[in-house]
Amino acid sequence: MKTEFLGIPLKNRTVLASGILGNSKDILERVYHSGCALVTMKSIGPAPRDGHKNPTVLDLGHGMINAVGLPSPGYDRMEGEWDELARRNFPLCASIYGGSVAEYARVAEFVSQKKPDVIEINISCPNSEKHGMIFGVHTDSAFEVVSAVKQVINVPLIAKLTPQAPDIASIACACEDAGADAICAINTVGPGMVIDIESRQPVLAFKKGGLSGPMIKPVAVRCVYDIFKAVRIPIIGLGGITTGEDAIEMIMAGASLTGIGSAVRYRGIDVFDKVTREMNDWLESHNCSIEDIKGAAHQET
Amino acid sequence: MTPSKTHTMIRVAEKVIEHPGESATLYFDAPITFTPGQFVMFWIPGVDEKPYTLSFVSPARFGITIEAKGIFSQKAIALEPGDLVGIRGPFGNGFTLPDEPAHTVFVAGGFGMAPLAPLIDTLLENGENPLAVIHGARTRSHLLYHDSNDPNRNPPERHPGDRQFCTDDGSYGHKGFVTDLLLDLLGKGASVEQVYACGPEIMMHAVVQICRGEQIPCQVSLERYMRCGFGVCGACVCGEQVVCTDGPVFDDTQVSRMADFNRRALLKNGQIVDLDTYFTWRQPR
Repeated sequence: MKTEFLGIPLKNRTVLASGILGNSKDILERVYHSGCALVTMKSIGPAPRDGHKNPTVLDLGHGMINAVGLPSPGYDRMEGEWDELARRNFPLCASIYGGSVAEYARVAEFVSQKKPDVIEINISCPNSEKHGMIFGVHTDSAFEVVSAVKQVINVPLIAKLTPQAPDIASIACACEDAGADAICAINTVGPGMVIDIESRQPVLAFKKGGLSGPMIKPVAVRCVYDIFKAVRIPIIGLGGITTGEDAIEMIMAGASLTGIGSAVRYRGIDVFDKVTREMNDWLESHNCSIEDIKGAAHQET
Repeated sequence: MTPSKTHTMIRVAEKVIEHPGESATLYFDAPITFTPGQFVMFWIPGVDEKPYTLSFVSPARFGITIEAKGIFSQKAIALEPGDLVGIRGPFGNGFTLPDEPAHTVFVAGGFGMAPLAPLIDTLLENGENPLAVIHGARTRSHLLYHDSNDPNRNPPERHPGDRQFCTDDGSYGHKGFVTDLLLDLLGKGASVEQVYACGPEIMMHAVVQICRGEQIPCQVSLERYMRCGFGVCGACVCGEQVVCTDGPVFDDTQVSRMADFNRRALLKNGQIVDLDTYFTWRQPR
């Protein structure tokens, strides 16, 4: 199951999705030791930001809805954490966001100097009025922000996309043309809403929130399928991946790696180990390798 | 209460003022499956949602004790019977009672009595008595479920009996800390087999140090800012532990390995800060 991704040796195909647990070096290290090959930090923003009031995350049983709202200490107020992360022994992806192209570039340039193994730009978060997603729904703005970030960093760049884009494949193409080294798809679906019928008001303090978990997997698989047809750069496929069979499905859609997030709720932090073992079991029982099945769903019969 | 997929709405059945203007216990008439030390996410529509342990549980009723500290808790103690609130959970791991009857000691600092009280209830229901209940607070008006001025308080005092009190200012009981009373107890040669502690983290740290020195198993309950309550958002991490799902109750071995116990916590924005900075934010006075 070992592989190499953008020149980074990885022990398997699983990635910790941004926004899940990635708050400190200690917890990132635990996730790595629980079987995750590439751990992603919570998105880092241009300024201190508290995120939204609670309720921010609800479990719908078949997935979750959240509007945490991009809390961040701010890129330049994390010195202690960067010092600890400099002494890490695991591959690290730093996720960043901004409210303008200049903010993305400023955060990215700073973070790049802290030497994460890769930077992911979040152009897809639905939970802030000003940040993220607006850059991921238009090809020209996606191109602009990826180009600007690419020029100021010296680690590989991943663009994380939103399924809210009318044509996610064209966004992926724009990112590839602008110099992105990989695509990560998808961020949460929606936004959706849950109304409490007794108090007659939305439950989430932000009212709307992004959907994740098993209920969005078909959307994620379709997006990765469309992106795989459109670009040559590798794809991290995520959205509802909970089991090894889910991960195999995502790889057949065209993903090279599979992200895992909400499944931490349903199967524990060692879900990464479990998914990898289940992937291996499936491959063994079908007598094939990841390379044999990557993008297999695209082969016309 | 049957846990629903997202949350359950419920009306306040009764409010008992613990200390006027400072604290109250809200009671809800519904059954709930709960282990003492677990917590629920308590939502006041239009205000906010915060984690609270249950301070009382019976087959048809449960209670939440609230200390008024910030905007949310001020609104919470102002709730009245009939008001509608939301509950998610219970979440997390609670306290574990010994398999066999044992000499147990409870050490509560201020509102740290809230999660310990239903654990003491469980013990009493099992026909056992704690060896000692040590309860400390800043002043007499912060001692919980006990009114030194009113022997006829309603509801009656919980767990009368061998309860030892101390206050920082000496206004009631011993002038000093709960650790003084714990050390005193141990110094008298008491055979203590299990300690449960909840209160300020610096107090729990001191209790854990004493217990480890005496090789007495100890369980403590940690507090951190929380969002999801079920182990995905990462807001409550303490070292490599996720307080909402790995805890909030940890034993002395776990906290001894926990890099950030009595050391650091995360602000709402995720910044990792020392505990003084964290508690200045969490407990404005």
